[in-house]
Formats: sequence, C-alpha cells, structure tokens
Amino acid sequence: MQVQQAITAKLTSTFSPIECIIENESHMHNVAKGSETHFKVICVSDAFEGLLPVKRHQAVYSCLSEELDGPVHALSLHLFTPAQWAKNSRSFESPQCMGGSKK
Amino acid sequence: MSTIETIKSQLSENPIILYMKGSPNAPQCGFSSKASQALMACGKRFAYVDILSNPDIRSELPKYANWPTFPQLWVNGELVGGCDIIMQMHEDGELKTLIDTVPDAAE
Repeated sequence: MQVQQAITAKLTSTFSPIECIIENESHMHNVAKGSETHFKVICVSDAFEGLLPVKRHQAVYSCLSEELDGPVHALSLHLFTPAQWAKNSRSFESPQCMGGSKK
Repeated sequence: MSTIETIKSQLSENPIILYMKGSPNAPQCGFSSKASQALMACGKRFAYVDILSNPDIRSELPKYANWPTFPQLWVNGELVGGCDIIMQMHEDGELKTLIDTVPDAAE
C-alpha cells in the first residue's frame, strides 16, 4: 500500500481534490502478486479548471514524477472539474493487459 | 540521426502518428489496443511506431513529450494525449473532428 499512499498524499496536497479515488489495478497486468505498478486515478479538483485534458494529465504526471520514474508503470487518469464531475456518467473500465511489456 | 531527431522527423512527416505497443492489427497492450481502435474508427490513414521494437524511442519520447507512458497520439506535431484522453474524445466525437482537420495525404 506504500505507493498508493504516496500517490494519495501527493495528489491531495497538490490539487486539494473534492474527490480522489485511487485503485490498484496491478492485478490486471503481467506483474507479481501484490505489485503496485498500475493505478487508476479519478480526481476531481478546481485546479483542472481551464486546462485541456493533455495539460491536466501532464500536471498529474509532474506531481507523481518520482513514482513514475520508480515503481509505477502506468496510470489511468480520469480528471475532472467539479462541474464536469457533477454531470459525469461514464464508466472507467480499464482494459486488460495483453502482455507486451514482459521482460 | 539522434533519437530526438528521428522523433522530430516522424512528427513532422506524419500529421497523425500513434506511438504504441505493438501494431494496430496486433497490439501488445490493452491501452494501445483501445487507442488504435478508436483512431481506426475515425477512418483516416495514420502512421504508427511500435515502441517495443524501438527501445530508443521508448526511452527518449517520454522526456521529449513530458508524457511518461504509451500510447501517445500526436496530431499536427502536437501531443493529443494517451488512451484515456483518446477514449474520452472518441466518445464525445471530438477525436473524429480533430482527425478530420488533417487533410488527406496525396496518394
């Protein structure tokens, strides 16, 4: 849970989100049991107001650069402003791994 | 040619280019698979680079792009985003709108 906790702490202090859901999806990938390599992040914050999707993602990637340089292989990001979140009805199913990064 | 020069020339020569794991017909990652399917659904020819067989690009492009993961879609030399953004734009119809701004290549 260490990595997940670090991600939660950094996102919370950087973006002051009104909602922040972090799910470890590593079990869906070709990694050892108990790994913390793949996460889904749903984050709702005023900080995303006025930013295009690519800029929102880059802001999160900068915030978590230490984790991405280290244990984290990929993040699935769903980033919203509070207004977007209020009318959101999407599902956030991540796709299953197809094995490409097998070492 | 350095890796960065290779990347720049790929971006300037290909108005629509997807950096992905595997190929659109044989994707090697679920995220690359979804992204390439959404792009194919837009009905325009696009270039792709399999980063699993191009390790130099795999290691250099994330720094150049300020984007740590793959797939990456670039249109007109600008980063559009990865799988989540591509799928969101696809569902909203914005992806086709963007792709349609690229003129058909003379064939």
